Amino acid sequence: MTVRKNQAALTADEKRRFVAAVLELKRTGRYDTFVTTHNAFILGDTDDGERTGHRSPSFLPWHRRFLLEFERALQSVDASVALPYWDWSADRSPRSSLWAPDFLGGSGRSRDGQVMDGPFAAAAGGWPINVRVDGRTYLRRSLGTGVRELPTRAEVESVLAMATYDMAPWNSASDGFRNHLEGWRGVNLHNRVHVWVGGQMSTGVSPNDPVFWLHHAYIDKLWARWQRRHPGSGYVPGGGTPDVVDLHETMRPWNDTTPADLLDHTAHYTFDVD
Amino acid sequence: MPQLSRRRALTAAAVAVGATLAAVPAARAARGADGGHHAHGAPEAFDEVYRGRRIQGRSQGGGGHHHGGGYAVYVDGVELHVMRNADGSWISVVSHYDPVATPRAAARAAVDELQGARLVPFPAG
Repeated sequence: MTVRKNQAALTADEKRRFVAAVLELKRTGRYDTFVTTHNAFILGDTDDGERTGHRSPSFLPWHRRFLLEFERALQSVDASVALPYWDWSADRSPRSSLWAPDFLGGSGRSRDGQVMDGPFAAAAGGWPINVRVDGRTYLRRSLGTGVRELPTRAEVESVLAMATYDMAPWNSASDGFRNHLEGWRGVNLHNRVHVWVGGQMSTGVSPNDPVFWLHHAYIDKLWARWQRRHPGSGYVPGGGTPDVVDLHETMRPWNDTTPADLLDHTAHYTFDVD
Repeated sequence: MPQLSRRRALTAAAVAVGATLAAVPAARAARGADGGHHAHGAPEAFDEVYRGRRIQGRSQGGGGHHHGGGYAVYVDGVELHVMRNADGSWISVVSHYDPVATPRAAARAAVDELQGARLVPFPAG
């Protein structure tokens, strides 16, 4: 069974294996298909139209499935690898071990945002940015520039306290847990972390930065924590909602899985601590 | 957002600088050129040079892949994918997680983000 661990608790060997598996997916071209898929949904999901991956109730189950696909791809390279998660409410500094050269590498240089160390730096040769929205082919970051502070533990708790999963109009204007976690409304958790990292993470092609997976693995863990805290609250809407994925409706692009199928993460993985 | 971010502060400063340069002829805002006829209150067109790059915005008939409610934005003539949120704020594909008030602000944020890099045209349809 896959156990997803806090990135801060990984051993040197676990970091090395995770990085090697990510680089191998990149080398074979499989990695970039994930970037392409994500950007297609970023461009296609709209508040007043069909919306699946973002700004909608299925934001959470869609990314859960997306991460499962990526984790399975990693495991096809190295069966020992699991997705780690980044608790950005605890590891809030650019000096965190997450950003060390033996793991994801650090922030970009001021001149052009280019990441200069770690296995994903352009100079290392294994990380060309191919699926992109501008001409730059190197990984960029600007940690803590676009917004100064990552969300705090208290801000996370304030969102976990929201008992309603989601609410009409089921988009970026909604009240409730999903939209506050996604960040279009309120204290802003998920969106703010993308902005804090900067570089490709602040764009539609955000999975170009491997931290994307660690960020979303923690968002996914927060959904699991919310479920445990509110056992009487479930995924909504339950049916008949235009442009929105209802509980028992299949999700693009897989068309073989529904939010209902993805509510229980323990069928696929567990976490190191709950 | 609970506080003014540094980028927002810098952007605000850049806008303030831009305001002092408002006499630059290239910064010709096409105010009201097509205003007042859009059911959903499409923003007015704009056309200016911001930090050395031409940014334009205008309503587009038909829409198709334009998710800004039929509004298109260009940076040096290349279309920048923008989207209007339900609350009226705007984002673009190069600054997707940080809503700003207007499509012009989204275009300026894109120029800030691009640091001189060319935009890659996104596939139509």
